[in-house]
Amino acid sequence: MRAQENSRPMIDRAKMVRALHEFLPVTAVLFEAEDLRPYECDGLSAYRHIPWLVVLPETVQQIQQIMRLCHRYEIPVVARGAGTGLSGGALPLENGVLLSLAKFNQILDIDPRNRIARVQPGVRNLAISEAAAEHGLYYAPDPSSQIACSIGGNVAENAGGVHCLKYGLTVHNVLGVKAFTMNGDLIELGGATFDSPGYDLLALMTGSEGMLAVIVEVTVKLLPIPERAQILLAAFDNVERAGAAVAAIIADGIIPAGLEMMDNPAIRAAEDFVHAGYPVDAAAMLLCELDGTNEEVSEQVMQVRRLLQQCGASEVRTAQDEAERARMWAGRKAAFPAVGRISPDYYCMDGTIPRKQLAHVLSRIGEMSKEYDLPVANVFHAGDGNLHPLILYDANRPGELERTEEFGGKILELCVAVGGTITGEHGVGVEKINQMCVQFPSAELQQFHAVKAAFDPLGLLNPGKAVPTLSRCAEFGAMHVHGGKLPHPELDRF
Amino acid sequence: MNNNSDISAQLAERVREAHTKGTALNIHGGGSKDFYGRQTDGEPLDVSAHRGIVSYEPTELVVTARAGTPLNDIEAALSERGQMIPFGAPRFVNCTLGGAVASGLSGPGRPYYGALRDFVLGVKIINGKGEILNFGGQVMKNVAGYDVSRTMVGALGTLGVLVEISIKVLPQPVSKLTVQKSLATDVALDAMNRWSGRPLPITAACYDGNNMYLRLCGSNAAVDSARKKLGGELVETPDEFWQKLRDHRHGFFSGERPLWRLSVPPATPQISLPGKWYYDWGGAQRWLRSDAPTEKVQAAAGAVGGYAECFRHGDRAAEVFHPLPAPLMKLHRNLKQAFDPRGILNPGRLYKDF
Repeated sequence: MRAQENSRPMIDRAKMVRALHEFLPVTAVLFEAEDLRPYECDGLSAYRHIPWLVVLPETVQQIQQIMRLCHRYEIPVVARGAGTGLSGGALPLENGVLLSLAKFNQILDIDPRNRIARVQPGVRNLAISEAAAEHGLYYAPDPSSQIACSIGGNVAENAGGVHCLKYGLTVHNVLGVKAFTMNGDLIELGGATFDSPGYDLLALMTGSEGMLAVIVEVTVKLLPIPERAQILLAAFDNVERAGAAVAAIIADGIIPAGLEMMDNPAIRAAEDFVHAGYPVDAAAMLLCELDGTNEEVSEQVMQVRRLLQQCGASEVRTAQDEAERARMWAGRKAAFPAVGRISPDYYCMDGTIPRKQLAHVLSRIGEMSKEYDLPVANVFHAGDGNLHPLILYDANRPGELERTEEFGGKILELCVAVGGTITGEHGVGVEKINQMCVQFPSAELQQFHAVKAAFDPLGLLNPGKAVPTLSRCAEFGAMHVHGGKLPHPELDRF
Repeated sequence: MNNNSDISAQLAERVREAHTKGTALNIHGGGSKDFYGRQTDGEPLDVSAHRGIVSYEPTELVVTARAGTPLNDIEAALSERGQMIPFGAPRFVNCTLGGAVASGLSGPGRPYYGALRDFVLGVKIINGKGEILNFGGQVMKNVAGYDVSRTMVGALGTLGVLVEISIKVLPQPVSKLTVQKSLATDVALDAMNRWSGRPLPITAACYDGNNMYLRLCGSNAAVDSARKKLGGELVETPDEFWQKLRDHRHGFFSGERPLWRLSVPPATPQISLPGKWYYDWGGAQRWLRSDAPTEKVQAAAGAVGGYAECFRHGDRAAEVFHPLPAPLMKLHRNLKQAFDPRGILNPGRLYKDF
């Protein structure tokens, strides 16, 4: 496979624009520098490229025509939803078409009897739950960006949220997609049924970061809105105790709807921003949400309160009403922007670890924070082991971004070393592509490339993301020789 | 258990050899689903000796076991710690973890707990070149690389030999009960879907042609209160009832007539096909005993946005799974090629072509 992200287009740009104008309105093709600029990055603004062209189709047929045209001239295509991704998955290419799906923002059908919604890819995550609410139903995955992020991007990145332990990630809540492969073939994977014949290509598509096909329609599962949700807040004097409390709750047979932890810097930043009433002197804080029927929640609130106290919580609070519950969540959900207020820039990591490693990992991050002289605030989906360390830095200080990236890389390598993964819910994108070399040996990476080639033999869809080439790993490995062992020893070196 | 052993190196060696020679292999575990999929010939590759739980951490909600481990052994280990396998895969007789994952079948709890594929966190496989590869992991959330682990689910061994699998487990419910109600088919289909759309602790719903059965699981108070809302009579031996449905031991499933599995949107009204019906998954999985021709059954399922496969009996040399549209079939062939370039792993078990 060629490195398509670097190849020169086989057609010049003016000609391509003319070809696109044959089936797209003039306003749907952007090529002037000032029009391209807004598309130069997604939610990970540390990486920017001006795209070659931006197209904004309005019909499914137009998408197919764009795909066929790009396929014919071997032009890379990067699909983009709301652009809220945190790993640079929608970072454009200077030699590629950026395909915006923003205009596909219609909810096509809500089917309360079958408890599904059929939506276009540009529909915002939260809009689905809002539309389903009149039927007493909702769409469970709720990434913190849910007011802005679109469902197509959620599927592409297999987005998570704060309720994953009980309700799963996007992959558990999507029943079907319609998508175009690079050659313009329309494929339908799943639909309104619980399974479909053949390979589970729906699972393969979910989280494939726009590398296999471009999603043009999504069918999601809707769940009954729980009768009641109740949240408890617990403060701890040390992180180990908070970690032990998480294990104790699960060992006692409870699967909370949400189980979140924040460390002291994250608590303080969120409190300053949202005034959620957080305990600003606590070393760690847990938010535990229980949902279900009225009776069940009442029973479990008592049970969890007791467990938290037994685990040494210095304070346990229960939200007295819906307003207080919303306030408690608001602090957590605004943790990223809250940190954004206290530092010129921050860099959000997304490793997952076995929960039992939490105290060890946090203390190592603390040590590294001193070594790199960069402060860190930690928010943690404690229920499912998904850690978001936010490294605070200032991009205007020379060398600080590079130091931050190196520190972030070390955190991810630590996650892998304790049996975890480099990304829980944000995706690899361009951001963590080097760490993929740490997590996967060459044979697995080659298998990934073979999967990619099965869908996209020319390697035109979002090239250069998610799965590193072996030569990239060799270069990266050369900088990271660990204990005298060269990673990917079978490769030729240059 | 003293019969636990790791024979992955031998298995990989066998696959490498078969890859070199181009010999077809017929992967075999507990043999509980020999009837499933298409007939294949090939040298047997027995993975049942590759067994044992590799790790189990109740507070992490994860168990990792070798593919040849009987599902019953895993269930027993989980039960000691008050946990369970949530997807309730059919055991038939002596089902192994590998076989359960390869066939991808889920039990009656599927609409409520999730499918088997939803609980697979990671796999170790041997691809068609004899390489041992690891995908996914033992953590709940993991989006590094393509989701190869879930792609193995239901692939019937055609993409790789399953060696080791990590699954998410859940706590057993404190309380459970099952109620039954005598209803006509349309009324039962309507009721199952209406109740399933309400915030109630329903974890299974089926209709056997006479009675609708609803299982409730949760805290004592939650189950009691839902029972009052639902009405109906209590089933005396509910565990046995659901296990018999899961493992096809109800009278409906005996006999030699072809058994079809239809996967349709759950609220779909009755489908007009000759034969006897059993409705599981709140109407989304429909079992049909019928001599109707394949084309007719599949056309009827397709007309309501569903699929039909000939699950048991019937002509196992013909295609048994729902046909795929051409672009999808092409992707399937490409993917098969990507994992098993010489086509040696269970060729023809899923579709004749590969």
